[in-house]
Amino acid sequence: MTSKPLIELRNVYRSFEVDGQHLPVLQDINLEIQPNEILCLVGESGCGKTTTGRIIAGLLPQSSGEVLVNGQPLSAYSRQQQAELRRSLQIVHQDPFASLNPAHTIGQILSYPLKRHRMVKGRAELRRRIWELLTLVDLTPPGDIVTKYPHQLSGGQRQRVSIARALTVNPKLIVADEAVSMVDVSIRIGLLKMLHRLREQLGLAIIFITHDLALAKYFAWEGRIAVMYLGRIVEIGPTPEVIAHPAHPYTRALLAAVPEADPEVTRHKQHLALRSEEIPRLSEIPQGCSFHPRCPFFLPGICDAKTPELLQPPNFIQLARCTPLNDQGTLIPYEPAQYR
Amino acid sequence: MAERPVLQVRNVSISYLARRGRVRAVSDVSFDLHEGETLALIGESGCGKSTLNLGLIRQLPANATIDSGSILYTRRDGQIVDVLKLRPQELRRFLWSEVSMVFQGALNALNPVLRVSDVVYDTASAHGMPRAEAKRRALDLFARVRLDPERVFNAYPHELSGGMRQRVLLAISLLLRPQIVLMDEPTTAVDILTQRSILDVLEKLRDELNFSVIFVSHDLAVAAEIADTVATMYAGKIVEHGPVNDVFYRPRHAYTLSLLNAAPRLSAGAEELASIPGSPPDLIQPPPGCKFHPRCRFASDLCRDKEPELVSKEAGHLVACHHSDEVLATSREVRA
Repeated sequence: MTSKPLIELRNVYRSFEVDGQHLPVLQDINLEIQPNEILCLVGESGCGKTTTGRIIAGLLPQSSGEVLVNGQPLSAYSRQQQAELRRSLQIVHQDPFASLNPAHTIGQILSYPLKRHRMVKGRAELRRRIWELLTLVDLTPPGDIVTKYPHQLSGGQRQRVSIARALTVNPKLIVADEAVSMVDVSIRIGLLKMLHRLREQLGLAIIFITHDLALAKYFAWEGRIAVMYLGRIVEIGPTPEVIAHPAHPYTRALLAAVPEADPEVTRHKQHLALRSEEIPRLSEIPQGCSFHPRCPFFLPGICDAKTPELLQPPNFIQLARCTPLNDQGTLIPYEPAQYR
Repeated sequence: MAERPVLQVRNVSISYLARRGRVRAVSDVSFDLHEGETLALIGESGCGKSTLNLGLIRQLPANATIDSGSILYTRRDGQIVDVLKLRPQELRRFLWSEVSMVFQGALNALNPVLRVSDVVYDTASAHGMPRAEAKRRALDLFARVRLDPERVFNAYPHELSGGMRQRVLLAISLLLRPQIVLMDEPTTAVDILTQRSILDVLEKLRDELNFSVIFVSHDLAVAAEIADTVATMYAGKIVEHGPVNDVFYRPRHAYTLSLLNAAPRLSAGAEELASIPGSPPDLIQPPPGCKFHPRCRFASDLCRDKEPELVSKEAGHLVACHHSDEVLATSREVRA
């Protein structure tokens, strides 16, 4: 990809202060997001995927490092340009019950951003635009929807309203943070297909945040997946590669652990046993590779000493943050007896 | 699987009283559960699977009533009791020692001000199990679910991670050696690696202690992994019920087929998936005929007029669909 990235994160670091202690929630985040790209952020709770999404959407400042929008930091733009750029980055939240005001009709919910950002002139155009947005997210006939309150809609319909609201300001990028986790399995696929269509139709880039690997695989098949662990990206690359040939031991463990909706496949899956089930606390992130206390391929003296870099290991297409793999191209199971 | 069903559920209907009328959450459900069998109840939210599970042990909310049916439980000594006819005192004894339950969300299910040991002792004393035996049994179970027994026994819930708490609940549910454990989405709110350890532990315990499980889940992948038999529920009815491989590889109900076609599989490469159009029916005024017909691509006039009955199509595989042969032919096409 040679086009100029829409957003670029350079050495982004973010900490939160809890009880006087600075917890590093994100470290060394380097990401380029191209226009019209699909990128999935996956990982377990607390890995920093939502924080990354919020920084990308401009909702949260980084503690250090740079966020470039169209090649320049936000501060390099004029106030007016900044406002425009911020508008071009939108987020869709997980819970459509909480993110829509229950006291306002769908028509009102969609009209606020349109009026506030002067996206339309006059009542006729406002109405036309709301109709258009509702049609875009398959909420038809729009006339029936505009007068409804959020509680009169199903979870899937509410999430479509949230997406329509994000689209009011003609964004270039949408961060979808667990946007389909709260809706039923049977209608998730419909929402994802709609996001795919909107991406094509409107040229959107989509950051899809999920803890569900099968869903990530389906949604980002033509894009990339970034796997996060304890605030770092440990593996990133084209989705089919990461899923079929995972590089980082953590990705391998995750993929091996996921049950599948196919009895024979799931019962014959080879699981990868970790050396510890405990996820370290952010206040006590292990030295060296933060995964080393749990890693089945732990290499003493290397993994616990040196923080691995995100590099392309030999024979892999994606990047991974694993020193033994990057140096030798293979991983050897850890056998404690050997080192005693 | 032994021939003797440990639980025989017959024509059970459960409804909730709402302002608009009666919500028929479960209607006319019948099934058998055998010794050592794990049955997964799958379906969308609102299909009645959790209500059915709670109804089996009469732990429904106050606005729900079990309108009809019988729930026959076979004790170890062969005596058969109807759960619906137990007096309150008998029911209290029955729970935990014959049928126990593991709830979703382990944080809410454990009292934060009680140590794990207190929960163990309370449960044991309510059923007349001596303290020493309760402790011995609890420590044994904690070790079996791969917890550090002494540490966990003396811990407060907040000192344990979510996955550990879920395993504590699983262990305590087995304290009084029940024949059946009911589970409601026990791995839904947990992370992938935690889910893996819970599933592994559950499978190991089940092999060692041979209890039966009724497992409620909307996650087809978990059902595919741990279930022996699967029952698909739609609008309060079991619409398909059979051995796990039959249901997953040769579904005969259009709704099961649609659910399977909506579930992404990690190892399947690029997939063509489809949502189920529409939404589940209003259970106060359900549609006539087959309740799935408004969303079904196989629907015909027959489906709109006449509700299909749950009938046996092949050994142990029941289905309630007028077009089950067409569905089967389609699923073969898709899965080939």
